[in-house]
Amino acid sequence: MEAASATVVPSRRRSEAVREFVSKYGLIAILLVLPVVYGAQDLSDDGNLTRLGNNLVEGLSNGAILALIALGYTLVYGIIELINFAHGEVFMLGSLAAAGLYGTFGLTPQTGTAGLIAGLACILVLAMLTSGTLNVMIERVAYRPLRNAPKLAPLITAVGMSFILQNVGILWIGASQKAVPDLIGSQEQLFEIVGLSISRGTVLAIAVTIPLVFLLTSFVARSRLGKAMRATAQDPEAARLMGINVDTTISLTFLLGGLMAGAAGLITALYQTSIWFFQGFSAGLYAFTAAVMGGIGNIRGAVLGGFIIGIVQGISDNRIGNDWTPAIVFIYLVIIMVFRPQGLIGEETREAG
Amino acid sequence: MSRVAKLRHDRRAGVVLAVAFVVAAALMPLFRPPLDGFTNDAILALAYVVMALGLNLVVGFAGLLDLGYVAFYAIGASVTGWWASDFYSSVNGEKGIHIGTSDFVSVLPGIHVNFLLLIVGAIILCAIAGALIGLPTLRLRGDYIAIVTLAFGEIIGRVFANGDELTVFGDNALSNGRQSISPIDQINLPVFGEFDSATDLRPYYWAVLALCLVVLFVNFRLRDSRLGRAWIALREDEVAAASMGVPLVKTKLLSYAAGGAFGGISGVFIGIFLTSVNANAFQFGFSIFILAMVILGGLGSIWGVVLGALALGFVNHWFIPDVLDGETVRGWLDSLGLEFTFSEVTFGVFGFILVLMMVLRPEGLLPERRHQLELAEAAGAPEEPVSVTYEARA
Repeated sequence: MEAASATVVPSRRRSEAVREFVSKYGLIAILLVLPVVYGAQDLSDDGNLTRLGNNLVEGLSNGAILALIALGYTLVYGIIELINFAHGEVFMLGSLAAAGLYGTFGLTPQTGTAGLIAGLACILVLAMLTSGTLNVMIERVAYRPLRNAPKLAPLITAVGMSFILQNVGILWIGASQKAVPDLIGSQEQLFEIVGLSISRGTVLAIAVTIPLVFLLTSFVARSRLGKAMRATAQDPEAARLMGINVDTTISLTFLLGGLMAGAAGLITALYQTSIWFFQGFSAGLYAFTAAVMGGIGNIRGAVLGGFIIGIVQGISDNRIGNDWTPAIVFIYLVIIMVFRPQGLIGEETREAG
Repeated sequence: MSRVAKLRHDRRAGVVLAVAFVVAAALMPLFRPPLDGFTNDAILALAYVVMALGLNLVVGFAGLLDLGYVAFYAIGASVTGWWASDFYSSVNGEKGIHIGTSDFVSVLPGIHVNFLLLIVGAIILCAIAGALIGLPTLRLRGDYIAIVTLAFGEIIGRVFANGDELTVFGDNALSNGRQSISPIDQINLPVFGEFDSATDLRPYYWAVLALCLVVLFVNFRLRDSRLGRAWIALREDEVAAASMGVPLVKTKLLSYAAGGAFGGISGVFIGIFLTSVNANAFQFGFSIFILAMVILGGLGSIWGVVLGALALGFVNHWFIPDVLDGETVRGWLDSLGLEFTFSEVTFGVFGFILVLMMVLRPEGLLPERRHQLELAEAAGAPEEPVSVTYEARA
């Protein structure tokens, strides 16, 4: 979290400053490779950048979803230094719940605008609550009993939880991808800007994400509970001595992360118009990459990283091929973790030390 | 009885038990028909033992959580696809290359290499791959290592799954993509001749049992060697180990390489036994399947891992498909109105085992004594994050 990372950095030696400079701008340079290469290709082929622009727009909507999921990773890592491996599945189950609620609220593509907005707002809240509650329960069952165990123990239970929840998804909707009604006409063009068509899905993804991120940031920065979270992140023992209920605060962190994942779940169901038990696995790992890229434990970093990875995904899906996207994103993940584990705007953590 | 005498007595009892177990295992197929479902499951379970023992070197001994172990299965199995099938049918003017093959195989196109040489090839490739995967993780600790190895496992799985788009040595594809490479040559050993899994599974059973015994022996010797003790020291306290003169880089890389080599051996065997190699099997779930064996048996405990691998091997190939999805249980579920098969949720079962074991019995079914002590110590005295943080930052 911001406050935790804002500790005074002792003056570093010159060589370290050079290394810092090289790793930071080197990372930015590596990130620019894909857009620059394909931008140059477009310019020589078509004489304009429209294709790349459309990839970037698609990347922005992917990025909004990834940013919301990445927030869950970064909040949890910031407070208990655990990679909540099951977080992708929390998002997936939020998505399944949202799609299941379409029928409950009687929403179909024919529903009128007012009814659609009211219904979707209700579903958004319910999907968020589903994921949030689920995340709190996971923490209670799988992580809390292991708080004093060796560090790898909770990570192993996290992986186990992730598999359990994937299979809950299989029992719920079956093992194959399932189409859901396209309520908002997500691929329809809403308006055009400098020759780029902006679809309804993109606008929805951005319009839900930005206020949620704003709310979350101000909650963590301004409220009493947010202050308790930052204190616990900095030093759990001292926070306990100051009268903060550390267990409750950790549960609250999981709740917030889950709420964001639930919102991402609804957006995905609306935007992709299909749901799948396996969607959480890759989305979770991409979002984790995003969180590390921004600097894990850093809220703004997670959002920035989410949009960057979303754009990488958008370009790779369209230009290199869907099948290769995971490999491309994971190569980025390895590069970041090895050469700049503190991310673009983060502090060095204990892990990366 | 004095303490030393008691230890010696216990050890002798252990040896007798192990020998009895091995003899019983070796005689088992004689009481079964040549083509038998149980023998088939046992062969796969024993192949998993080899793999789990390999992962145990990395996770159990050296304490480096490797979530990308499927990479070595992928490489080992692909070695059989490359060098023991007609996949590269155009080599040598469509006459093929044959090294140590049976008369039947030696007229087929493609590259055909003897089983023993395949094993050597897989060991070399996997050891190199293991060291290469280990290299970037050297500066990292704990869960970051887990994520980087996971990423590598996924990258390698993807490369094989899309390998039909990649070409190597001219215009040969790296793999057959999502289609399998099949058939793979049968095992052909110098004295025993060529096996035939279509008529008799017993030779395969004895071969994999022998492989297991060799790997077990190597594991015990490794554990008690200078290197094995260095791994355990690394697991217990990296900083202390380094200051006692344990070379961190070499020790860690050797652990990845050795662990990878065992995975490759097992991959070769499984590829040949299933007579096909399919990139769809190279998924994260497989890494977790093997990890669950190690956790179930007990991290670092060789006999525990053997038990865990046999148990989960039979759960996967016999208990879930034949018992839980068998007619009796099916009938109960139908009467309750539940419409699902347990085969669909196999990985959920393994995930459940991971959570249950870590929460209730983190030391595993047959714990290693030293690891048990470490766990007790960790639970009794929580570390102080305060001092660690500031030391690390200063």
